[in-house]
Amino acid sequence: MRKLKIISVLVLSLLVLLTACSDQGSEPQGTTTKVGFIYVGMIGTEGFTYSHDQGRLYLEQELGVETMYQEAVDESAEVETVIANMVDQGCNVIFGTSYGFGKYMLNVADQYPDVKFLHCSGAQDAENMNTYFGRMYEPRFLSGLVAGLKTKTNKIGYVAAYEISEVIRGINAFTLGVQTVNPEAEVEVVWTHTWYDPATEKEAALALIDNNCDVIAQHQDTAAPQQAAEERGIAAVGYHSITEKNAPEAYMTAPIWNWNDYYKSEVEKVIAGTWTPENVWLGMNDGLVLLAPLTENAPDGAAEIVEEYQSKIIAGDFHVFSGVITKQDGTTIGEEGQALSDEEMLNMSYFIKGVNGKIETN
Amino acid sequence: MIRISKRLELPPYLQWLIRASSIIFALIIMSVFLLALGHNPIKVYSAMVTGSFGTFFRFRKTIELMIPLSITALGILVAFKMKFWNIGAEGQILMGAFAATFFALKFAYLPRPLLLILMAIGGSLIGGLWALIPAFFKVKYATNETLFTLMLNYIAIKWIIYLQYGPWKDPQQAGFPKIPDFSVNATLPTLGGIHVGWLILIALVIIAHIVMNKTKFGFEIAVIGESKNTAKYAGMSVNKVILSTLFISGALGGLVGMMQTSGVHGTLSTSITGGIGYTAIIVTWLAHVKVHLIPVIGLLFAVLIQGAFFIQTAFQIPHSVADILQGMILFSALGSEFFINYRLHLVKNRRAKRVVK
Repeated sequence: MRKLKIISVLVLSLLVLLTACSDQGSEPQGTTTKVGFIYVGMIGTEGFTYSHDQGRLYLEQELGVETMYQEAVDESAEVETVIANMVDQGCNVIFGTSYGFGKYMLNVADQYPDVKFLHCSGAQDAENMNTYFGRMYEPRFLSGLVAGLKTKTNKIGYVAAYEISEVIRGINAFTLGVQTVNPEAEVEVVWTHTWYDPATEKEAALALIDNNCDVIAQHQDTAAPQQAAEERGIAAVGYHSITEKNAPEAYMTAPIWNWNDYYKSEVEKVIAGTWTPENVWLGMNDGLVLLAPLTENAPDGAAEIVEEYQSKIIAGDFHVFSGVITKQDGTTIGEEGQALSDEEMLNMSYFIKGVNGKIETN
Repeated sequence: MIRISKRLELPPYLQWLIRASSIIFALIIMSVFLLALGHNPIKVYSAMVTGSFGTFFRFRKTIELMIPLSITALGILVAFKMKFWNIGAEGQILMGAFAATFFALKFAYLPRPLLLILMAIGGSLIGGLWALIPAFFKVKYATNETLFTLMLNYIAIKWIIYLQYGPWKDPQQAGFPKIPDFSVNATLPTLGGIHVGWLILIALVIIAHIVMNKTKFGFEIAVIGESKNTAKYAGMSVNKVILSTLFISGALGGLVGMMQTSGVHGTLSTSITGGIGYTAIIVTWLAHVKVHLIPVIGLLFAVLIQGAFFIQTAFQIPHSVADILQGMILFSALGSEFFINYRLHLVKNRRAKRVVK
């Protein structure tokens, strides 16, 4: 009984303490700008969410604004709760960095007319909500140049996520890059149907390597395919962020994001009161997407040819999807001297010639 | 030396005291952790409560979590009462959501009440049938229902993903795989600002309480749970009761699937469950498989989840730390059941041990 008395005294005193100090975590800020970031994944040390978080830290450093974030948010009504909590904490700019957040951001956007919503990779906008994304196919093409020079077996493996146009566009751009320097080479595609599953993605890469591929590229959020390449002593192209330390002997380069300048300019506009919702698809000339510096693992001569095409793309003299492009089934798309329109690129649902793989659904 | 022995049943107030102190124990342990991260633990804990009830919006979100948790837990309860370990609520919710979405997308032109009733019936029916599969194999071939129901969850998840990336992909989403949003007709109306699921929950708790405690059917379930042979000797048609109980269990999960798609998320994806199917198992367990305790434990869990969510934004506590906090509280709450049923003796030396013997 004595022990129980001690326990009950302990319980009661703690309850009193808990109820006595029931003030809130932090008070909402007045008119100062506070920026909230909603992430679909964990920040970690590489990958898509990590790249956005670098942008967030850049904002703090450059503009001195307060920021907050929430990781691992489901693409569900959970987003509405996160937004409400962030607004309660004084956020007046909210970046949602996953496609599936859009519907829920849109649901509550009109409830918070003073809050600006910026939706990465989205398709719907509102009076206080825009969409923004990057033309990742441009640095993808450049990474294809590197892979095409590197391969000896003329078979390059591509660990692909899902059969959606963003991924398909990336594969096609990569293949065009490969074929620019090595018309003999083929790109072999394996679908994992994952965005983040190291085990599955590694298995897929190993299967490609077993099938005689000697360079591995990928579209997922883990470095697992690169680690598979590292284990087998072949080369790899990363994605999203620089992952040299994950596969130091394999990693050659990666098409990556740099959100810093865009985030800074948008938040500056909010501070100045001049922000309007503008939907953008920014390319290498805006600095939003780029090819990471080549490592020693990259083949000789790659740096020069990458530099050549990079400056052409940035200057607007070269477009990845231009001229007559032969599809996998032998039909063609596009006209001589013309580039595909944004709409054609956004709805790309076919592989081009040189891709060895199938788009199963649709 | 520590020895363990079974306790005589403790009076209820002592049981609850042990449970409460186990939660306090978890909070104290986590306080050290939070202090090390530079947070004031008392502020964090009180923010978990204000984060769940502080504004109407937060209250609504907490209740919107309590509703599916409690209804799913009721479904699990009827199966657990029979000692049929239905771990498949997650899949039953998803299959119910699938059926509800089928009507929402294909019959969007129907008037709202009719469409919603069709969605609810369809969801319950498919959820129930999904749970009937393991029940059938259990009575026919004595398969292990724990594994069977668990594996069916993965099939349900893959089925939804197939629909999302294949036949039900919304063509208006610029190539992104997403099932279309529901029309207003297919959306559950709100009452008092919260979708009408809360009324359904109250009704279901009352019905379940009566059925489990006052009817022959409820009695049969309990008897089968204690001993199938007794039930057989008493002339009960055991297989029939098992099958109908599992149908009800799955139907409640299916109904939750309908309410999650129609009332909360407005579309179908695998995230509509948010792990409710698994969390509800713990709710049922901590409620001691008693109907009237389900909504209470359901609410506590909703607060725990919602609060852990709120402190991530309010204090910038990393997701994984919030997860550890939740896990620690759950661990202690489940662990306290051990101390309610067993006691520890400190045996000072061998001699004392002999005396105890």
